[in-house]
Amino acid sequence: MASRLTRFGNDLYTGARSYDFVAKRRIWYTIAIVMVIASILIPIVKGGFNFSIEFRGGSQFQITNVSTTAQGPAQKAVASVVPNAVALVTSVNNNGVQVQTNQLTAAQSAQVGDALAKAYNVSTKEVTSSFIGPTWGADVTQQSIQGLIVFLLLAFVAMALYFRTWKMSAAAIISLFHDLIITAGIYALVGFEISPATMIGFLTILGYSLYDTVVVFDKIRENSRQELNLTRRTFAESVNLAVNQTLVRSINTAVVAALPVASILFIGAYVFGAATLRDISLALLIGILVGTYSTIFLAAPMYAHFRQGEPEIRKHDIRVRATRPKAATTTSVAVPAE
Amino acid sequence: MAKSSPVKKAGRSLTWLGVLVVVMVGGLAASVFFSNATWLPKLGLDLQGGTQIILQPVITTGQKVQQQQLDQAVSIIRQRIDASGISESQISTEGANNIVVSIPGTPSAATLNQIQSSAKLDFRPVLVAGAPSTSTVGADGKSTPAPTPDPNLQSTPSVKPTNDSDLAYVTPLLQAQYEAFNCKSPAANSTNVAPANQPLITCESDDSVKYILGPVEVPGQDISNATASLVQSSSGVSTGQWGVNIVFNGAGTAKFATVTTRLNGLTGSQNQFAIVLDGKVISAPATQAVITDGKPQITGNFTQASAQTLADQLKFGALPFSFQQLSRDTISATLGSSQLASGLLAGLIGLVLVVIYTLFQYRLLGLVTVTSLVVAALLTFLAISLMSWHYGYRLSLAGVAGLIVAIGFTADSFIVYFERIRDELRDGRGLESAVEAGWKRAQRTIYASKSTNMLAAIILYVLAAANVKGFAFTLGLTTIIDVLVVVLFTHPTLQLLAKTRFFNSGNAWSGLDPAALGAVYRGAAQFREPVGARRGTIASSSKEAAKRQTIAERKAAELVSSGSSDRKTDGKDS
Repeated sequence: MASRLTRFGNDLYTGARSYDFVAKRRIWYTIAIVMVIASILIPIVKGGFNFSIEFRGGSQFQITNVSTTAQGPAQKAVASVVPNAVALVTSVNNNGVQVQTNQLTAAQSAQVGDALAKAYNVSTKEVTSSFIGPTWGADVTQQSIQGLIVFLLLAFVAMALYFRTWKMSAAAIISLFHDLIITAGIYALVGFEISPATMIGFLTILGYSLYDTVVVFDKIRENSRQELNLTRRTFAESVNLAVNQTLVRSINTAVVAALPVASILFIGAYVFGAATLRDISLALLIGILVGTYSTIFLAAPMYAHFRQGEPEIRKHDIRVRATRPKAATTTSVAVPAE
Repeated sequence: MAKSSPVKKAGRSLTWLGVLVVVMVGGLAASVFFSNATWLPKLGLDLQGGTQIILQPVITTGQKVQQQQLDQAVSIIRQRIDASGISESQISTEGANNIVVSIPGTPSAATLNQIQSSAKLDFRPVLVAGAPSTSTVGADGKSTPAPTPDPNLQSTPSVKPTNDSDLAYVTPLLQAQYEAFNCKSPAANSTNVAPANQPLITCESDDSVKYILGPVEVPGQDISNATASLVQSSSGVSTGQWGVNIVFNGAGTAKFATVTTRLNGLTGSQNQFAIVLDGKVISAPATQAVITDGKPQITGNFTQASAQTLADQLKFGALPFSFQQLSRDTISATLGSSQLASGLLAGLIGLVLVVIYTLFQYRLLGLVTVTSLVVAALLTFLAISLMSWHYGYRLSLAGVAGLIVAIGFTADSFIVYFERIRDELRDGRGLESAVEAGWKRAQRTIYASKSTNMLAAIILYVLAAANVKGFAFTLGLTTIIDVLVVVLFTHPTLQLLAKTRFFNSGNAWSGLDPAALGAVYRGAAQFREPVGARRGTIASSSKEAAKRQTIAERKAAELVSSGSSDRKTDGKDS
């Protein structure tokens, strides 16, 4: 009666079924490096990220004495002059409309002004234009980056204290950067605008990635605490077992976290046409999937890798291999960790 | 019948949760009926619109506004707004001179004043202090209005002043200007532009005293921090008055010590030290001691709110100039209600999918997840409503997205917990002890992982600005609620459920069926241990895994499982 995933979980728990996350780390490293390089190259090739008006500032049009404050005519008017511009439309005091677009040239500006006047059926005198500065200015970015750096440093120290090894911190932070870079790369590939909402999405990913890694690392800590006194597994094998034992949790959590986000992305943005939801939910969806992936395929193997050179671990591994000469007859002994 | 300890503990936890919910509902109800709170959380600028204010700098003719000054002003205004709550306001420049501030809802006059006043604070020594009259009383007892100062009067000191308290600064022209100075005139309200190295004629902020002040001794830039607190008398008893405590940086401390040393030796008005805010004297205390620690306190006619406002203003620095309102308009939401509705609907559909998935995965145990999520949602709703009343928290679209992601974080606590219970069952424990042992392990993991979220929330809340602050707030709030729910609801519920026949007998639909969890095969684990590391390839299905097991291995596994009573298994330290 057990569901397939339950049985799958049982096998993973006992080790009856096991995936070589740790031993095959070269493959995962290669994939990670290729993905990261691609994610750095994509924005360069595509000419940088597409930052929204909140970051760059832009042109603002103020239309007064209008009879309707509907947003539609303004969007159409802007699109008729600059087809790919994003227009933010706000109504002012019930008799005015304010339209913000990306920075336009003087000629475009004049054309948009005329189009807007026509769209709202007012004389061109009622339309004024000006330059609007960024609401997410350099000072906000700078403060946020400062906050992030402080957070990463403290998180590094806190994890090192909790797990009693800085190597877990290092593995967790490296995979965190991996996640962020790949998410940004995919984002650049899709070409969506980077808005403040996207930035918040990136921050959420950062939290999720680290969170997911800590959960799995805690299982590794739990397992390896006593493994070193036994001769059942090499260190790398015990790390691998812990990852396998938490695999069902990783899958379940990723599915549960991703379902609402995916629903917002596909149903909210595409079916209902809530475009702004698109930015943040895309960032979140990619982040959740990449974050879960990197904990298993990158952070855990890296951690085993970082520690295998330690004298204590090496001695332990030699002892373990010495106890299993007969095992070598069933299949060839692949050295689990060199 | 005496209740066993887990049941008692579970009862206690659930009671606490009940108390918490009742207190929150009561608090919200009280603030709705007796204050200006609303049942629903307030919405942010992008979802509800608000007020847009265009500010124009007040500058003297000929003065030009530099872009850099304008950017600095934007930054300072943003800090001031952030200090007063988490409203996610938007501040930017418009054209070459103006600043546009968009605030959700309708800002109060106090908020507006806090945004637009320059808050330029200087410390100047008092040279002359007197009644604010503009007339002189002659020898005959009659008062005559002071004459308009003759511009030909001597305007430079005849003797070079030796220090900033030197009365040589008071030239005949200055004296005449002082006598003619009207505290209530419009000119008196814009004197903050007097050069720092020149004396200044001004009045007390309530126009009760008129002063001639010496040049600036300690400028506001030397303030490193400012806080508001109740003033204590020398005996340590609170006077019930509010004051602003200033902390100077190194340079300010040294300057302040020099000045107080000098003033302490002087008498009369010259013993006084004027604290000038935007050109008006907010107080001019007599110098009673030499202050060498650089921590003076400003007292005056402060309320708690005005003291806090001034402290915030001083902390973030003075604006390069004061601003006046050019226009003030009500603006609509950029996203509108349709976007919020479709976002919420999509989120709801996602949530239904989550429910289906968890029920499928965890059978009836999934219902515990679902109810826990409902409890978490209720607590979050109450907390946000309370926060939006008390701290001006506003729910923006990014905030809504944050809450939806929080579903994942919260559900993960349950998933980690359930998986640990299942692990314990696989080891052959009975349900009740598996729940306790599983909780012990899960607890550590949950606390460790939630701590990283909390760390991120606190640091970003303290250090970051604007939208990021709002995000940090949402993250911190949901993390706290998440932990509360798992400790006060999910775990106690499972403790109670473990007592029921349905779960305890390991019903196949309970989600905690030991047979399904492979508990009977538990010995196999020991035999098959090195399997994972020896395999060269990744097994892609359980069928394949079974195929790989040799007949001999399978037989041996069965033998071990039927014979072994060793309870020590993989990765356990129990």
